[in-house]
Amino acid sequence: MTAAAPSVGVPLPPRPGRLLRMGRTVRYYVPAIMVFIGVIVLWELAVRGFGMQAFILPAPSAIGAALVENWGAGRWPLFEAARVTLFEAVGGLLIGTTVGLIVAFGIARWATARDAVLPFAIAANAIPIIAIAPIFNAWFGITNPLSKMMIAALLVFFPIMINVTRGLTQVEPSALELMRSYAASDWEILRKLRLPNALPYFLTALKVATTLSLIGAIVGEYFGGASNVIGRVVVQSASALRFDVTWAAILLGAITGIAFYLAIVALERVLIPWHSTVRGEHPG
Amino acid sequence: MTDSSQPTPVVRVSGVDKQFTVGHGVTTALDGIDLEIGRGEFVSLIGPSGCGKSTLLRLIGDLTAPTAGSVEVNGKPAHAARRGREYGMVFQAPVLFEWRSVSDNVKLPLELLGMDRSERDARAREMLALVELSDFASHHPYQLSGGMQQRVAIARALALQPSILLMDEPFGALDEMTRERMNAEVLRIWQQTGTTIVFVTHSIPEAVFLSTRVAVMSARPGRITHVVDVALPQPRNDETREDPRYFRHVTEVREALRSGGALGAEPALVSEERMAAEGGIG
Ligand SMILES: Nc1ncnc2c1ncn2[C@@H]1O[C@H](COP(=O)(O)OP(=O)(O)OP(=O)(O)O)[C@@H](O)[C@H]1O
Ligand SMILES: [Mg+2]
Repeated sequence: MTAAAPSVGVPLPPRPGRLLRMGRTVRYYVPAIMVFIGVIVLWELAVRGFGMQAFILPAPSAIGAALVENWGAGRWPLFEAARVTLFEAVGGLLIGTTVGLIVAFGIARWATARDAVLPFAIAANAIPIIAIAPIFNAWFGITNPLSKMMIAALLVFFPIMINVTRGLTQVEPSALELMRSYAASDWEILRKLRLPNALPYFLTALKVATTLSLIGAIVGEYFGGASNVIGRVVVQSASALRFDVTWAAILLGAITGIAFYLAIVALERVLIPWHSTVRGEHPG
Repeated sequence: MTDSSQPTPVVRVSGVDKQFTVGHGVTTALDGIDLEIGRGEFVSLIGPSGCGKSTLLRLIGDLTAPTAGSVEVNGKPAHAARRGREYGMVFQAPVLFEWRSVSDNVKLPLELLGMDRSERDARAREMLALVELSDFASHHPYQLSGGMQQRVAIARALALQPSILLMDEPFGALDEMTRERMNAEVLRIWQQTGTTIVFVTHSIPEAVFLSTRVAVMSARPGRITHVVDVALPQPRNDETREDPRYFRHVTEVREALRSGGALGAEPALVSEERMAAEGGIG
């Protein structure tokens, strides 16, 4: 009857109202927010009460002021710094994820590829990022954002590769048997079983990778390059004893990382609403 | 109908041995199995744990190959039947894809067959109606109970209208009440579709209640020791469980199992059967 409809059937039972759910969400976060506010207030009081020096710990109010003051202007334009650093991180994430995915598919498909590639992948993962950062800066150009991207990519590659490989290969044996009983081809098994099975693994790795890509980019920046990036602002403002700016830059870096992470969480909700990590109610 | 010497049986297993090599040891799972199953039959395989019931079912379904002997389905080698998608399979676990809705799970084999979308939709609707889950078509598997999930698995197995349905302890994980309801449902579906069913179970009452024939197996090596013809009238219902002939067959199967050396190994079979015989359930 409804021939073109992608899926037919009865709608799900009524879900709790939007307002009610929002109320619940707010209530869920109330304790965390209270703790956060409490810590900030204590911090402010402690700094003022003990007359703490700014180079040890600036007051939250001072950090906030530095953030506002240096947002778009001054020696350290923080917004621009965060934008460039995020650009490097996203670039690194894309490169690392792409390579990680390609290697994962190769490894999952061909056992010989696994034996050939895996030792190198593990070795690459074992390299201390601090040691490789100056070398990548030299290879890809210290002022070229690509050098920071490659450092981020190196960090991102491994978790993506390992997790996606796992998702593609750790398929329920009975599900494989089911597909075989329908005489499904390897390609159909990949498309209808392995890929959907790997999706939650991929997204979990991607969440970790967002944070790693920012760390990679900032570590790369420490070893030199364009000056208005988070890493350089931290180094230079600290040596100028402007610790309020240092803290503001760190804060901005953290906020960027959290926003990046939450973007993937949102993506997760769209792509895998059926998965146990995403759906709210757990059976039993 | 229960005559096993029809001209072309749906299943013909002849002289099948199956050995597994694990390390340096060899396990003989099946030894000299001969079995013929005619069109529209409902045959149960029963026997102690490890006697090779699942292995025999997997051989019929071409999920594993015999060490010796041959398996023919609809007059063809089993692998040809599998490639021709003549099987429906139901395992102990429902094996539903959690990323697919209930109706999309039922459509999986239809997609693999290359059936077009409107036909798929219609067939999935029909199958869900058959297992009485029409209202849950757009639910996801995690939103269903274990019994409902198993019914989806049955709907999926029947979607290709297979000539043979292989079921490996499909209700083993369900409670006794649900299990009896599911038994009635399987019988209804069997009658409605005319599919040949091979059914593995641990439960004597379940085997007798459902089957036209019960193949009793013994362990180490796995052999078919007795084949019990169940001469109970169709359709079977709650009255069947009170029929004196029903008790006679239950006893017959139990004794066949005992003479195969099975009951000593598996006392659970006794208590289960006694529970049903006392009519304490249902
Ligand atoms: N893949 C395998 N590799 C090695 N041995 C196996 C394999 N599958 C089954 N076996 C052996 O074959 C024998 C029969 O196994 P099978 O699973 O068919 O028993 P079953 O009758 O289905 O038992 P249960 O009632 O417990 O399900 C067992 O001894 C088992 O150890
Ligand atoms: Mg078994």
